[in-house]
Amino acid sequence: MSAISASRHPAAARDTPAAAPYWNPYVVGFFLGLTLLATYLAAGRGLGATGAFSSVAAWLASIFSPEHAQANYVHSRYLASGSPLTAWLIFLLIGSFVGAAVSGLLARRSAFTVERGLRLSDAQRLWLAFGGGLIAALGAKIARGCTSGQALTGGSILNAGSLAFMLAVFAAAYAVAWMFRKEWL
Amino acid sequence: MFPLSSTMEIGPAATAAIAIVLGLGFGFFLERAGFGSARKLVAVFYFYDMSVVKVMFTAIVTAMAGLFLLSAAGVLELAELYIEPTNYAAQVVGGLVFGAGFVIGGYCPGTAVVATATGRLDGMAFAAGMLGGVYAWAEFFPGMDQWIAENSVEATLPGLTGIPMGWWVLAFVAFLALAGWGMALAEKRFAGLRP
Repeated sequence: MSAISASRHPAAARDTPAAAPYWNPYVVGFFLGLTLLATYLAAGRGLGATGAFSSVAAWLASIFSPEHAQANYVHSRYLASGSPLTAWLIFLLIGSFVGAAVSGLLARRSAFTVERGLRLSDAQRLWLAFGGGLIAALGAKIARGCTSGQALTGGSILNAGSLAFMLAVFAAAYAVAWMFRKEWL
Repeated sequence: MFPLSSTMEIGPAATAAIAIVLGLGFGFFLERAGFGSARKLVAVFYFYDMSVVKVMFTAIVTAMAGLFLLSAAGVLELAELYIEPTNYAAQVVGGLVFGAGFVIGGYCPGTAVVATATGRLDGMAFAAGMLGGVYAWAEFFPGMDQWIAENSVEATLPGLTGIPMGWWVLAFVAFLALAGWGMALAEKRFAGLRP
């Protein structure tokens, strides 16, 4: 735990002279856009993240009970084309993990730490992160995509549902941010 | 010619390799933007650092312009690209729920992976919550999943309005320029909120 508490203020980790500054957001946005474009050109579809979690869930369900997983409308879709662990989005996510790890190490930003506001304990923050992840997952399943699969991917091809999703995400987030300001400010 | 997936046969190994390479870029650039940090991400909701909107919007406009130019040049068949069918109720309700989870959890699914890859324990907690959430959805709401899937239709802005994609690209570029100016003002105005 000492490694964790030593760098418990992520801002400090970010502001140390050793950590490289973040890239200009417009420059990164341009390169992310090119990555998304390349994905469309190569695969005929865009980026996504939530689907990989669904594949892992279907894989877990099929370990507990293959019959139950096959009979389940949601799990079965992720089991339809062979092992769910060889799905396109799983490989995309593995690549993302490695790419992020490389970038973080090169910029000296990688550290076992908890990102949180100054008024929270680490335990409180971890529970909120877990709960937020659960809520976000349900939202992404209802909307059939997340910030990657809907907002970025669908937004760039002017998909009406994706743009509606993006507006809804920001509307709710700005409202809830006020209620949860003690978590972050 | 493009997308390659519909003009040539790509085997499973090559498909996996392509996905990993594209993922490398996705993860690398997300981390470069600072999106492995929950505090950097949620800052957008308190206006003192609008990076999330800048990055997302620039990425969307870049890809959109690229798709338009390549299809206008005749090398890309837009109709061959997969578009998630629309059900407005699903995307709006799901978006509202997702937005709440984003602020409370501090990440979205892709950025939680970036956070996990750079050691953030809260990113790992978010990812664990995500896994629990998608599992719970499959177990408890399969009927709703099926209803949404069966009640979605293809709907794009050019298709709905009859206004061609090129005009939308111009409109989005203009809006991005305007938003960039507005966001710079907002960041100055709310600089005091930075913890």
